[in-house]
Amino acid sequence: MYRYDDYDRALVSERVEQFRDQVRRRLAGELSEEEFRPLRLTNGLYLQLHAYMLRVAIPYGMLSSKQLRALAHVARRYDRGYGHFTTRQNIQFNWIKLEEAPDILADLAKADIHGMQTSGNCIRNITADQFAGAAADEIEDPRIWSEIIRQWSTLHPEFSFLPRKFKIAVTGSPNDRAAVRVHDIGLRMHKDAAGEIGFEVIVGGGLGRTPMIGKTVRKFLPKRHLLSYLEAILRVYNQFGRRDNMFKARIKILVHEVGTEELRRQVEAEWEQIRDGALALSEDVIAGIAAHFAPPAFEALQEIATAVEVLRAKDIAFRRWLDTNVAAHRQPGYAIVNLSLKPHGGIPGDATAEQMDAVADLADRYSFGEIRVAHEQNLVLAHVRRADLETVWRAADALGFATPNIGKASDIIACPGLDYCSLANARSIPVAQRISERFRDVAREHDIGDIKLNISGCINACGHHHVGHIGILGVDKNGAEHYQITLGGSAEDDAAVGSLLGPAIPSERIADAVEALVDAYIAERRGGERFLDTYRRVGSRPFKERVYAAA
Amino acid sequence: MPLLKNGAVVPDPWIALGDVAPVPGDGPILVSWARWQSEAGVLAGRNAAIGIRLKNDEPAEALGPFIGRFDLVALEFPKFTDGRAYSQARILRERLGYVGELRATGQVLADQLLFMRRCGFDAFDTSLPDPAAAWRKATASFSGFYQPTGDGHATILDLRRRPTG
Amino acid sequence: MVKAAEGGSQVATANRLRDGAVVFLGGGGEWTPDLQDARVAASADEAHGLTRAADEAVRLARIVGPYLIAVANESGRWIPQSYRERIRAEGPSLALPRAAAAKE
Repeated sequence: MYRYDDYDRALVSERVEQFRDQVRRRLAGELSEEEFRPLRLTNGLYLQLHAYMLRVAIPYGMLSSKQLRALAHVARRYDRGYGHFTTRQNIQFNWIKLEEAPDILADLAKADIHGMQTSGNCIRNITADQFAGAAADEIEDPRIWSEIIRQWSTLHPEFSFLPRKFKIAVTGSPNDRAAVRVHDIGLRMHKDAAGEIGFEVIVGGGLGRTPMIGKTVRKFLPKRHLLSYLEAILRVYNQFGRRDNMFKARIKILVHEVGTEELRRQVEAEWEQIRDGALALSEDVIAGIAAHFAPPAFEALQEIATAVEVLRAKDIAFRRWLDTNVAAHRQPGYAIVNLSLKPHGGIPGDATAEQMDAVADLADRYSFGEIRVAHEQNLVLAHVRRADLETVWRAADALGFATPNIGKASDIIACPGLDYCSLANARSIPVAQRISERFRDVAREHDIGDIKLNISGCINACGHHHVGHIGILGVDKNGAEHYQITLGGSAEDDAAVGSLLGPAIPSERIADAVEALVDAYIAERRGGERFLDTYRRVGSRPFKERVYAAA
Repeated sequence: MPLLKNGAVVPDPWIALGDVAPVPGDGPILVSWARWQSEAGVLAGRNAAIGIRLKNDEPAEALGPFIGRFDLVALEFPKFTDGRAYSQARILRERLGYVGELRATGQVLADQLLFMRRCGFDAFDTSLPDPAAAWRKATASFSGFYQPTGDGHATILDLRRRPTG
Repeated sequence: MVKAAEGGSQVATANRLRDGAVVFLGGGGEWTPDLQDARVAASADEAHGLTRAADEAVRLARIVGPYLIAVANESGRWIPQSYRERIRAEGPSLALPRAAAAKE
């Protein structure tokens, strides 16, 4: 994984000192809140419902064990002993004091971690596939490009006061696990007819108030042009994105209003001026970054580990965990282990300091010291020897991280909602807890199969409800919490925005409604159809009838 | 408004003219881009310096054919959160080769001075209490930069490629 | 400028600048985390008094983002009238993760 050099470290520590001075000036009354707010946001510090919240950047979801321990330290020393992993692969601490924020960032800087640009109208954390460098289906490691983009976008002097936030995601696999089609820029690596690897550039995807699927602006961009092309897109957006209405300020609105063709014309006209300039990526610069992502020292192993097969046959709990939480690795004899942070009835995506430390230890012992954060709010140990799977399973289970539910009904993605967030209209965590309790029966949950449930507490859609197979949006109806259901969303290559099912449902009935949706699917499904397939085949009527039957 | 230039507060010799104010016989005058476009003949005929005030929704590229005639271009930050002038500045410096004074006006705050300099601004209309101190602090705040701009700084990527020792 | 709520009993609330804690303007002019110690405005004039005090506290860099909220007295306790403000006054409606740490 990427290791900071002295230049990277100097920048982060200089940033800490700059922020320390800004905080001092704010507390002394030399800066107003209006002047200070963008400065603290671009260091990841929000003012939330109960306290300040610090969103720490986890670049493309990658952590070393040392870094995870540093996050645990912050949770323990400065917060209330836990943190929350987010849908953009970052971590949030909910109980931060402004006066301690510079010290927190200084402590994090010792582990090469920062909060830069996790908020504000700037380029945000670059997100990528949590299986990068390990997945069997990978064309090229997206982390190389995510790191190149990360550096280019960090403290970019021209793009620090954009019309609105800007989110970029990269996938190196044809099976998109990074949701590239619902980002401001999505980059999909693929091969052209000559076998050269390059990027499909997708612009103007996004969720929130006006969900949109991104449009392909360029089918194939050679690697050496990546930064100049991104700079062209950002320059067009910085100049022409709307600034009159914050709800219409994302690039997706610009694409919608001028049209894909016109946007492409503007971007390519700008790009022509700069493509062969200082942003052209030379082979040696690319190789220098790529060297950080060389594969770890894998042993030469047999693909099948006999002990695993023996235990799989004997132990139904182990078999279920293998079925859902373990994914194929490109290296024979290795596997990708998902740690589920969605225990039935638990708070999705939260981990205590003790759990973080324990995962760091597991990573050191069994996964070359690497941990990844998935945008589904789970953690990943990407390089586990199959021979170690039983040990890792038992250790994960002792931590509460072995619920066999990855990609299943109780693997719910939920924003923090009104329990924490000042933007929310309704709570999302208790709803996630009540729904996940309904799927405690593992046999039933496995029979239901792959299904993505997403919950957002407001229209900002941080829970990505628009792209859930079942999306749930909290609304305030007559002063009480209600929930709207959408069906048929997807964040993958078949990206789609879900359709509203019907009137909003009161809080006390939402878990029943979700069970009704699942029952409708079970009744209608054919062959090996997933929930999403059945919905696409039969439409919303059977689902609507069951959900609103008792109304 | 105090003018911060070359790290110090300096007198501003430029006469800012509205769109209908009479043009003085001599002295450096700062006029709007719109006025230049409608009165270029008259304005260019004076034997004195011309400066252009460009609004942040006017295209910087349009100054291209005349760029050598201007000794001052003033760009605007109506609110410090409106970052369009950063792009205009880079286009003027790096694409059009503008070498005159590039002035930031509007809401110019200490915490944006370094970004502005990196984009090519070298003069700042600012109501900061101690502009020279703010400039010193801003320009010393970072020793390395990832992105190439026209400011001549070697980027971190460049520095990594240089042989050490 | 503090945003005013409509009619009824109101208190001023904000976040304390230095630590972000939810606070209410108290009877003695201090900002307190306990809603039960808040100064309750029963009239528009009294609400303006809250607003003026809040604006001054912003100017002095003590608090940030003040506004007025509606409260009602239920069995001797002041309760915010919106569920959002109840969560804000009482804390998250959840058992926080520390209590649900590693399985025994």
